[in-house]
Amino acid sequence: MRKMTANTTSIKTENDNKQNGLVVVEMEHLKKSFGNILVLRDINLVINKGENLVILGKSGTGKSVLIKCIVGLVEVDEGKLVILGQNISELKNKELIEIRKKIGFLFQGGALYDSMTVRENLEFPLKRQLLSVPKDTMNSLVKEALQNVGLAKAIDLWPSELSGGMRKRLGLARTLILKPDIMLYDEPTTGLDPITSKEISHLILEVQKKYNTTSIIITHDIACAKLIANRIIVLKDGICAAEGSYTDLKNSADAWIQSFFE
Amino acid sequence: MENVISQQSPNEHQEAETIPESFSENIPDSLFNKFFLEVYSLTIFTLRFFKEVFKPPYEFNELMKQSFLIGYRSLPLVAITGFIIGLVLTIQSRPTLAKFGAESWLPAMVAVSIIREIGPVITSLIFAGKVGSGIGAELASMNVTEQIDAMQVSCTNPFKYLVVTRVLSATLMLPLLVIFSDTIGLLGSFVGVNLKGNVSTYLFFSQIFQSLEFNDLFPAFIKTFFFGFAIGLIGSYKGYNSNTGTEGVGKAANSAVVFASLMVFIIDMIAVQVTSFFQN
Ligand SMILES: Nc1ncnc2c1ncn2[C@@H]1O[C@H](COP(=O)(O)OP(=O)(O)OP(=O)(O)O)[C@@H](O)[C@H]1O
Ligand SMILES: [Mg+2]
Repeated sequence: MRKMTANTTSIKTENDNKQNGLVVVEMEHLKKSFGNILVLRDINLVINKGENLVILGKSGTGKSVLIKCIVGLVEVDEGKLVILGQNISELKNKELIEIRKKIGFLFQGGALYDSMTVRENLEFPLKRQLLSVPKDTMNSLVKEALQNVGLAKAIDLWPSELSGGMRKRLGLARTLILKPDIMLYDEPTTGLDPITSKEISHLILEVQKKYNTTSIIITHDIACAKLIANRIIVLKDGICAAEGSYTDLKNSADAWIQSFFE
Repeated sequence: MENVISQQSPNEHQEAETIPESFSENIPDSLFNKFFLEVYSLTIFTLRFFKEVFKPPYEFNELMKQSFLIGYRSLPLVAITGFIIGLVLTIQSRPTLAKFGAESWLPAMVAVSIIREIGPVITSLIFAGKVGSGIGAELASMNVTEQIDAMQVSCTNPFKYLVVTRVLSATLMLPLLVIFSDTIGLLGSFVGVNLKGNVSTYLFFSQIFQSLEFNDLFPAFIKTFFFGFAIGLIGSYKGYNSNTGTEGVGKAANSAVVFASLMVFIIDMIAVQVTSFFQN
C-alpha cells in the first residue's frame, strides 16, 4: 500500500478532534460494489470540521460513488460511515432528511431541473428545506446566490439556454444557497476556462471561511486543488492510495502520484 | 448472467424496493422470466404508489401543474381526433344502415359506439402516445441527468413529487378528456349526418339522448379512470426505472407507449366482462 503516513501527529489531532466533536465525516473499511464490479474496497477516512479535502483519482475509480455514499444516495455494502455523529446506514428516512439538510451536493453534471427556470431551480431547495420562507428573503437569497457566481442576468432563462460553464455555475449557486455545513463538490471546475475556474475556487474558499463549512472537492484541476486543499487523498483501486498536503504529494517519491501534478 | 431488475434501477432511489439480488440472480435469463420479473417490479412500483399517495405531505402545487400540462395541453389533439372519428364513423355507417332502411338510426348508433367504446379507447390511445411517452421520456432524462438524485438531496421524496403527481393527474384528466372528446365526436357526427341529409340540431341530439342509457354512460366513464391510471403508472414506471444512459430515454418513452396501449386494451376487455356481468 502506498499510504503516506507523512505526519504521525495528524493522527493524534484527529483523536483530539473526535473528542471535541469536530469530526464531521468518518469512514471505516467502507466497501461498495455494483454487481460484480468492486468500486470501493476499503476506504478509511476522517474529515474534520472546516477542512477542505480534495479527492484525486483517475476516471472511474469511484470518486463520485464515494461522495454519494455520504448523502445516502448510494448505500454502502460494508463498513462504518458516520456523518455529523450519526451512522448513515442505521438512519430512518426522517433522520436521513435532517442530515441531508446540512449537506450540499454539487453534481458532476449540475443536475439542473430542466422543467424549471434558473430562478425556480434556486428556489426549489429553499422551499423544500426551509419550508416557510418569506418571498422577500427568498428573492434576495436567489439574487445573492446568482451574483456570487456571476449569473445575475440569467435569472429568467431556462437551463437549456445556458452554456456548459453557466450550467456548472448555476449548479454551484443552487448548492451554496442553503449554506450547508458540509459541501460536496463533484468536479466544480471541470469544463470551465482557467479564469472562471479560479473564480470558482476562490468562491469555494470564501464560503468555507465565511461559514466554516467542511468541503470535499473532487477535481482533476490541480490549480484548484493547490488553491483550496488542506489535504489531498488519491483514490486508486478502491482504496486511498495516498494522502497528504499538496506539497507532500507533489514531492512524493511515487511517480504515479507525481503524474497527477504534472 | 444479466440481472434485469437491478440493472434497470441503478440509482437506488430512496426506499426503492428492488428485487433481492440472490432472488433474481438464480433465474435464467429467458424472455419468459424477464416478463415475470417485469410484472413483479411493476407490482412493487404500484404498491409503492398506493403507499405514498395517502402519506402527507401532499404535493398539491405540482399536482395542479401536472394536471394543467397533462390535461389542458392534450385538448387540441383529443379534439381533432374526436371530431374526425365522429365524422368518419357516421359517413361509413350510413350505407349499411341505408341498406336496411334504418338511416334514421344513424345518430343513435354512432352515439352509442362513440360513447361506449370508440371515444374512450381512441382517446386513451392518443393519450398514451402523448402523455405516457412524455412522462416516460421526462422521468428517464431526469434519471440520466441525476435530477432525481438532486431532488432527494434537497429533502424531496422524488417518488411523491414526480410519480404520484403524474399518475394522479393522468387518472383524473383522462376521464375529462374523454368526455370532451366524445362531445366533439358527436359534433363531428352531426356534421357527417348533415353532409347527405338534413337533420336539425334539436332532432339530432334528442335522438341521441333518447337512445342513450345509464348503462351506456356510467361504465364507459368509470373505465377511463383505469385507463388514465394505467397510462400514468406505466409511463412513470418506465421512466423512473430507466437505464442510466441517453439511449434509456428513448427506450423508456417507446416501451411506455407500447405497454400502456396494450394495457388500455386489456383493461377494456376486463371492463366489458365486468359490465356485462352486472347487466345480466
Ligand atoms: N449506479 C451505478 N450502477 C452501476 N455501476 C455504477 C453506478 N455508479 C457508478 N458505477 C460504477 O462505479 C465506478 C465508479 O464510478 P464513479 O462515477 O464514482 O467514477 P468517478 O471516479 O467519479 O469517475 P469520473 O472522474 O469519470 O467522474 C464506475 O466503474 C461505474 O461504472
Ligand atoms: Mg465522477
